[in-house]
Amino acid sequence: MANVPTSDALLVKNYIAGDENSLSILINRHQSKIYGFIYSKLSDRDIADDIFQDTFIKVIKTLKSNSYNEEGKFLPWVMRISHNLIIDYYRKNKKMPMFRETEDFSIFSIMSDNVPNIESQLITSQVESDLRKLIEELPEDQKEVLVMRMYQDLSFKEISELTGVSINTALGRMRYAIMNLRKVIDKHQIILTN
Amino acid sequence: MAKIYSKNALEISKKLPKKETIQFLLNYSKALNILKIGNKSFEILAN
Repeated sequence: MANVPTSDALLVKNYIAGDENSLSILINRHQSKIYGFIYSKLSDRDIADDIFQDTFIKVIKTLKSNSYNEEGKFLPWVMRISHNLIIDYYRKNKKMPMFRETEDFSIFSIMSDNVPNIESQLITSQVESDLRKLIEELPEDQKEVLVMRMYQDLSFKEISELTGVSINTALGRMRYAIMNLRKVIDKHQIILTN
Repeated sequence: MAKIYSKNALEISKKLPKKETIQFLLNYSKALNILKIGNKSFEILAN
């Protein structure tokens, strides 16, 4: 019959009870995952060894002081300790993880800023200019309402007062202005997107 | 190309801490004794 490996929870319990060999089994069982995780974040064997050591010193102290209360979740708990120590390391050294460019990964794929680039600015400027030209082609009453609403940011109440028409008429002129613009755009297949 | 990637992946997964680190931890564990008295705990490290 095959030997069933002792569970982490039982090993932890035995270790707390004084069985030092249980710690050795736990370390041997999980060293690859834990060290691999630490090394993947640091890419430095010496520092990874230090963090691995500090992680288990915390583990030993917590278990020996009977402060451990996560039975059955030993590995995630240890991983969390090592994760916190890695963060502490970067904080202490004021370093951020270094990313290297590879064929599959470019740092610029995750970096961006909100400032539009020159190409985007040129396209926006062109779109605005084209739209202005189209608006100039609208009937005067529709153009007047659209300009007041969109460019001068006036409310329909203010537009109605300034143009001497009712709010409903102003709304209707705005609606026709937009419909006419759409017609012209469709007819000439103009692209007004950035 | 695939061969290169798979070789690297295997090498990474094989990374283990130094034997001295493990030995230090086991010795440290054996030497450490924590005593709790009231709200305070005392760490006793035997040489």
